[in-house]
Amino acid sequence: MIRILYFGRLREDLAMREETLDWQEGDSEALIARLRSRGPEWAEALAPGRVFRVVVDRVMVRGAQPVPDGAEVGILPPVTGG
Amino acid sequence: MWSEIRVQPAPFDPAGEEARLRAQAPDAGALVTFQGMVRGGDGPVALSSLTLEHYPGVTEGEIAAIAAEAARRWPLLGAVVVHRVGRLLPGEPIVLVQVAARHRAAAFAAAEFLMDYLKTRAPFWKHEAFADGSARWVAAHDADALRAARWERP
Repeated sequence: MIRILYFGRLREDLAMREETLDWQEGDSEALIARLRSRGPEWAEALAPGRVFRVVVDRVMVRGAQPVPDGAEVGILPPVTGG
Repeated sequence: MWSEIRVQPAPFDPAGEEARLRAQAPDAGALVTFQGMVRGGDGPVALSSLTLEHYPGVTEGEIAAIAAEAARRWPLLGAVVVHRVGRLLPGEPIVLVQVAARHRAAAFAAAEFLMDYLKTRAPFWKHEAFADGSARWVAAHDADALRAARWERP
């Protein structure tokens, strides 16, 4: 199982703040692909360009990264701070 | 480099932060302070409030990484970054960046670098509420990405 947290507009687009998901092993791109396959609204909300970064266990890394079982995964839309 | 990085709902005190930074960086010959405020709205309808969300436990580390990158690029003596979250009203201060260095060129450049990277890398999201009752998430600006891209190395 992994715990997924959604931030910013993704939380509203997906009507979900967080969830737990049955997950074996794989990388963050495989996880996003699986979430997109849930339906058109998921595919649209998580379309390329709408996801800025996938954060695994609170570490910001660019590009695909391993998502181990038990991980906390944050899915971040493009950031707008400052 | 000495640094102070905080994410907080409360207002900040630029003079107090500056005094502490100067105490931590007594050899500084230059200190640049940047303060960002909530604008009253860029469109025809007035902004009534701005709410900032972030990723607790991740944001602070990302800002620290940005500050460390600035310290690799310029000879800095100290840096302060305080970013507010929660609900803010137009005119309220939202972000404070202070950089101390021996000379002004490094302090000016690093302060601008910190702001450009804060805007495009740190996990903050702005949600705007307007006087007519409408609300929306702020979209990421291409101009901010272009400004940040100026600092990218080949």
